[in-house]
Amino acid sequence: MSPRRAILGSKVVLWLGALTPGAWLAVGMYTGALGPNPIEKLTHVTGMTTLVLLLVTLTVTPARRLTGWNPLIKLRRPLGLFAFFYAVVHFSIWFVFDMVFNVGWMLEDIAERRFITVGMAALLVLTPLAVTSTRGWIRRLGKRWVKLHRGIYLAAALGVVHYYWLIKADSRLPLLLGACLAVLLLARTPLVTKRRFPGGPKEDRGAPATRDQGGADGRRSTRVSGSARTG
Amino acid sequence: MLIRRPPDILSSEITPESVYVNRRSFIRAAAVGTAGLAMGASGLAAGGVDHRRRQEIPARFAEMRSELDEELNSYEAVTTYNNFYEFGTGKEDPHENSGDFRPLPWKVTVGGLCNKPGDYDLDDLLSGLTMEDRVYRLRCVEAWSMVIPWYGFQLSSLLNRLEPTGNARYVMFKTVVRPEEMPGQRRAILNWPYVEGLRMDEAMHPLTILATGVYGLDLPNQNGAPLRLVVPWKYGFKGVKSIVSIDFVEEMPLNTWQEQTPNEYGFFANVNPNVSHPRWSQARERRLPSAFRSHETLMFNGYADQVQHLYAGMDLERWK
Repeated sequence: MSPRRAILGSKVVLWLGALTPGAWLAVGMYTGALGPNPIEKLTHVTGMTTLVLLLVTLTVTPARRLTGWNPLIKLRRPLGLFAFFYAVVHFSIWFVFDMVFNVGWMLEDIAERRFITVGMAALLVLTPLAVTSTRGWIRRLGKRWVKLHRGIYLAAALGVVHYYWLIKADSRLPLLLGACLAVLLLARTPLVTKRRFPGGPKEDRGAPATRDQGGADGRRSTRVSGSARTG
Repeated sequence: MLIRRPPDILSSEITPESVYVNRRSFIRAAAVGTAGLAMGASGLAAGGVDHRRRQEIPARFAEMRSELDEELNSYEAVTTYNNFYEFGTGKEDPHENSGDFRPLPWKVTVGGLCNKPGDYDLDDLLSGLTMEDRVYRLRCVEAWSMVIPWYGFQLSSLLNRLEPTGNARYVMFKTVVRPEEMPGQRRAILNWPYVEGLRMDEAMHPLTILATGVYGLDLPNQNGAPLRLVVPWKYGFKGVKSIVSIDFVEEMPLNTWQEQTPNEYGFFANVNPNVSHPRWSQARERRLPSAFRSHETLMFNGYADQVQHLYAGMDLERWK
C-alpha cells in the first residue's frame, strides 16, 4: 500500500470510528434503544467518547516516534477536534436537560460539585485549542502554538479526574483511563524519548502539522470550532 | 463492656397516635388502586415488554395514578432501569444479569431482640399478611425518580408478629450473598452483604412496606425478588433487596453506603431538597420518562405530612 493510500485509509477509519458513537446514540434516540433514561445514556457515552478520543489523540505522537511513520501526524488534528466535538455535545446535554438552560443553576453546580468544576475546566482548556487548530492560527501563533496545545495534557488529566470523581463505587474504568494517560504522558518525557529514540526527531516534538493539510480539513475544523462557540 | 440503657420508647408506645391519624392519607393511595379495580378498565397503560415476563399486567393498573395524580412509570421502565449492584453497577445490569438468580425457595433468618427468632420459610413468614398495591414515588439519590405500583404488605404487620422486645431500637436487613448467581458480587465493589436499617419507629410507620411484587406481578429478580424494602420518603438505596435476614438491634446499624462513603451517605437518607449531595443538587429531579431534570423535589419525597413528626427536633443537615 502506498503511504498516500495508507493515510487515506487511516482517515477513513478515524472518521468512521469517531462518528460511530454519535450515530449509535442518534439511532438509539429514535428507536428507544437508550432505555428509560436516554439523557443519562447520552451523557455517559459522549463523555466516555471524549476521554477515549483525547487519549487516542495523545497516542499519535508516541506512535509516530515508535513507528517512524510521520504521516500519522495528519490524524492528530481531526482526532482532537472530534474529542472537542463530543465534549461540547456532552456539556450541551447537561446544560439543556440537567440545568434546563438555567445559568444560575449551572454556576451553582460548577461551584459546588468538584467533578463538575474539573469537567468544566477541561472544556475551557480545550476550547482555545480547538479554535486555534486552523492553519491560519498555527501560522500566527508560531512557537506559542506548541506551548498552548500542550494544554491537552491538562485537559485529559482533568477529564479523567472528572470521571473518577463521578463514580460512586468500582473505579476500575477511570483508573484504567488514568493509567493509559500516565503512560502516554511518560512517553513524552526526555527520559523515554532520548533513551528509546536517540536519533529520533527532536524539535518536531508536538510541532503543528502545517503541511499536507487538505483544504477540506481546514474548512471542517473551522466549522467544528465555530459550532462549539455557539453551543 | 456493654452498659444497658433503659429504652427510650416503651414497646407499648411503639405505634404513635400520629401513625393511625395519618392512615387516612395512605388509605387514599390504596383507594386509587381499588378504584382502578372497580372500573375494570381494559387497555393496559403500562405496555412494557419483558422477555422474562410471562403474565399479563392486571387491568386495574390501566388508570392507576399516585395520590398526587402522577402517572405510573411503565412496567418496562420499572424493571429495566434500576440500581442493584449485586448484578452490576450499570442501571441496565440488574435486568440483563439477573437471569440466573433463583429466588425460590427462600428463607429469611430473623434474629436479635425479639421473641420469635428463627429461620422462616418465606411462605410461612408472610402467611396471613394483607397484601395490597401501594403507589409510591421512588426518588434515587442520583436525582432521577419514578412512580411505581408496588405490591406488598406493611412492614409493621410482620414486625409485630415477630414480637420485638422493648430494647430493640433498630431493624437491620441484609441482602442475600450468592456470587454464583449475582455476578456483581464476584468482586468487592461494595462490602457484601448489602446492609440497610431503619429506626424502629420508621420501620413501624404505615408507609413502610416490604414488597413482593410490582404491577401486581411477582417481583422480578432485578427489582429484588422475592422480598424487598420500600420506604418512600427515603432515597432509593434504603430499599434493600432480596432480603435474607431481619435483625432487631439496639445500636444503629452501619448501612452499606454509609460504610462505603461516609461523607456522602448517612443512615437516615431522607429525601430532602435542602441538603445536597456532593455530586447532585437534591433540589430537583428527573421524573422519568421526562428528559429534563426540572421536577422539584419535595420534602420527604412528598410524604412530609405523614412522616415529619418522626424527625421533630432532629438536625436534618447533620443526620443525612
